[in-house]
Amino acid sequence: MARYLITRAWQSALTLVLSTIVVFLGVRALPGDPALALAGEDRSPEALEAIRRHYGLDQPLPVQFAQYVERVVQGDFGESIRTGIPVSSMLSTALPVTAELAVLAILLATALGVGAGVLAAVRRGHPAEWLANGLALVGLSVPHFWLGLLAILYLSVATGLFPASGFVPLLEDPVDNLHHVVLPAVILGTGLAAIIMRQTRSAMLDSLSSDYVRTAKAKGLRPRAVITRHALRNSLIVVVTIVGLQLGGLISGAVVTEQIFGLPGFGKMTIDAVFQRDYPVIQAVVLLTATAYIVINFLVDLLYSVIDPRIRVTGDQS
Amino acid sequence: MTVLSVPMADTGTASVTRRTRILRRLRRNPLAVVSFVVLALAALVAVLSPWLAPYAVEQTDFAHTFAPPGTPGHVLGTDDLGRDVLSRIMLGARASLEVAILAVATSLVVGVPLGLAAGYFRAWDAVISRFTDLLLAFPFLIMAVGLAAIRGASLTNAAVAVGIAQIPGVIRVVRSDTLRLKSLDFVAAAVVDGASDLWVLARHILPNATSVILVQATVAIPTAILGEAVLSFLGLGIQPPAPSLGTMLATAQQFAARAPWAAVLPGVVIMGLALAFNVFGDALRDALDPKGDRR
Amino acid sequence: MTTAERTGAPSTTIETPVLQVRDLSVAFTTESGTVSAVDRVSLDLAPGEIVGMVGESGCGKSVTAMSIGGLLPDSARVTGSVRLQGTELVGTRESVLRRVRGKDIAYIFQEPMTSLNPVLTIGRQIAEVLQVHERMSRRAARARAVELLSLVGIPSAATRVDNYPHQLSGGMRQRVMIAMAVACGPKVLVADEPTTALDVTVQAGILQVLRDLRDRLGTTILVITHDLGVIADIADRVVVMYAGRVVERAPVTDLFAFPYHRYTAGLLSASPTPGVHAGTQRLQEIPGLVPVLSAQPDACTFADRCPAADERCREAAPPLEAVRPALTEHVAACWHPCPTPRTRPEETIA
Repeated sequence: MARYLITRAWQSALTLVLSTIVVFLGVRALPGDPALALAGEDRSPEALEAIRRHYGLDQPLPVQFAQYVERVVQGDFGESIRTGIPVSSMLSTALPVTAELAVLAILLATALGVGAGVLAAVRRGHPAEWLANGLALVGLSVPHFWLGLLAILYLSVATGLFPASGFVPLLEDPVDNLHHVVLPAVILGTGLAAIIMRQTRSAMLDSLSSDYVRTAKAKGLRPRAVITRHALRNSLIVVVTIVGLQLGGLISGAVVTEQIFGLPGFGKMTIDAVFQRDYPVIQAVVLLTATAYIVINFLVDLLYSVIDPRIRVTGDQS
Repeated sequence: MTVLSVPMADTGTASVTRRTRILRRLRRNPLAVVSFVVLALAALVAVLSPWLAPYAVEQTDFAHTFAPPGTPGHVLGTDDLGRDVLSRIMLGARASLEVAILAVATSLVVGVPLGLAAGYFRAWDAVISRFTDLLLAFPFLIMAVGLAAIRGASLTNAAVAVGIAQIPGVIRVVRSDTLRLKSLDFVAAAVVDGASDLWVLARHILPNATSVILVQATVAIPTAILGEAVLSFLGLGIQPPAPSLGTMLATAQQFAARAPWAAVLPGVVIMGLALAFNVFGDALRDALDPKGDRR
Repeated sequence: MTTAERTGAPSTTIETPVLQVRDLSVAFTTESGTVSAVDRVSLDLAPGEIVGMVGESGCGKSVTAMSIGGLLPDSARVTGSVRLQGTELVGTRESVLRRVRGKDIAYIFQEPMTSLNPVLTIGRQIAEVLQVHERMSRRAARARAVELLSLVGIPSAATRVDNYPHQLSGGMRQRVMIAMAVACGPKVLVADEPTTALDVTVQAGILQVLRDLRDRLGTTILVITHDLGVIADIADRVVVMYAGRVVERAPVTDLFAFPYHRYTAGLLSASPTPGVHAGTQRLQEIPGLVPVLSAQPDACTFADRCPAADERCREAAPPLEAVRPALTEHVAACWHPCPTPRTRPEETIA
């Protein structure tokens, strides 16, 4: 188990380093002079010279990279070339919004997905199975930004049940905050719920036909105990892995959802930055996303080894 | 090269009977038949859309903006510039399918060789795994954002971003099937007979992995369709005024209260296409499952 | 009531059976129609007796075993009767069967690797049975689990109780399965291929544990196996199954010495017997395969593979009858039984 975790830690660290290099080189791959790209409005020779010195653009690449890593580790992502605000302070207001949205979406999706998946596996041939399967297929196929549009059109605007856009910080007014975030979270969670449902169902079908479930039945356990204690517990290993792997999709989804509901999160900041060619912001966003993905998947591996006592040294999960 | 006429012949006949069995299973599954018909019709409309569409997609008509569906001459109504929604949906669907197919093709061209190599050559496995991890660390939208920032927003870049995002899935599926096939007797026999690695991969492993690749491609297309729609909606994909289901939704969003049909219909088409692919992909997977009893 | 009474032979007194199986048939509904797996099987298990059920794979012995506890999937249609000390189990409500399973009828399966839940400790899995059937507290059940583990010969049971299945060897896992099965002192223990997946050296140990249980707790054991060695080692009586039917039933020594049905004879000559096959005779294989059970004509199911088969065998199924009027415990279903190699001791008495 220790060896497995060390292997995973090492692999994660390697991926992290590689993605930092990719992000670093990405800005260098911009057509033309990176100093021009970073300069924004003020393109006087003096300003460009100052930028070159500040970002070390006159140094050889490895030195530049070292300086870049040093700054990033200290939380210095540069300043927005549009507003001059430090990227780190932009992030500190945007990230909590996205984190709340994502956590809420994951919770909703897991509850719904696992519940429906178990139901569909246990009630085979029952109308409930058809309904759950059908809903999952629709959830997988529906463009959720469109679902968001419809929700705003027919739920928020028409009935006024939910605010169509805007955000209230959690600490300021928790109830109002939830009121603003619930609908986007439901919309964001639909795709994930569908994926979790399908994986849960398939894992449950495997577990339910396994030898140890036969043993559990032969012991005279109640169906509920057979399903939860024996079949579901084994299926959850799969579900946990899926949630980790779907994190990328969730981040992508959060960007769009925030855009539609006008939530002042990380996603909105990203899209705005793309259209304003605000490279320091884009660079920070890309790097942070990659880091978050890698770190969270490492944590999932830790969790995985807690749930599954048989952790294999090879770490092969395919 | 003295290769194995006997085992090859065996796998040949086996695959023929297997193919007929799979086709029979598909024909017996009503969902498979319906989704296949829907897809065939959609493909036909997409291919013929330049001729089928009643109006030129960019033809504006300011006398008839926001005409509701059912208006004579505009079956599905018009948008804010008086453009025919039906014509734009037809060409938009065509663009969506184009991007999706381009993206999936990209992911296969890169992913299949890497998956084969990772499964077949032990030494490559670790390197390719790190590559996969690296790709996974950049969610597709973030990748698209990066690409758009570097190269500008365009249809090609949208397809590339969506395609790159699907490479890890292809690698994983092909790798595990290669591992499985490598351990089978007929492959071992070919190796013992002195067949070269490339020969074994090309003649024995790849042909047998096609069914897995086919299923992966079928389920990747709806993801790509949704991906294209998202990117175009955000303005990172197909650029207006070229029609795309995503850009149509982006414009319609601004007038959603006045012309809800323009916001509803393109979404229905996206969902219908994705749904048909997903249903067919499921049916295909079931038909290919040797256990066969899992519906 | 019993076979002995019906045939009017007083040879031995058969005690009231713990488990009485009468005309048990099982059919499965599949994509391609109904397939019959077990055809009118009858069987009595006396208290404290070890009965071996033997046959090739696919002959219906495992299905028979599963149907006793009602463990078959919903696609199975079970008819006939299974009585546990007079209580009918076939067609009984699931809630009633649940109280019987694990308490009165317990199971041991072939694959100790996969039959234990990988994510629960073995102590928890044993305790579970006690908590359900004996309403024991968690703590008491755990203490009892430790006792049970040492009963089946697991060393340092007090620490092993917290192990996960993957930390144990195959033989140890099978002992855990046995401990779990006997936790509530079942009347009948059904062991489905209990040693097949294990090393030969480990097999003997497992069989010894089963024998001990019978001797100490008086448990009735039904051992399902395709291995005649296991039968010879442990069973008191043997039931031979072929293509879903019982073809021969006899006390173990009698069966080995005087196989009556052609199939039994074939099975015996296909497995090594010390003394007989020691380098002098080759093992014989039975030509052909077990027939598909979907359509069982009114014929002897073994006819196609039998060296002695004739028209009669293909037209009528032979009844399961005592091989000699005086030998009520030895029954077989064969029109052309094996020639008896020498005079049977019973016959001289008769």
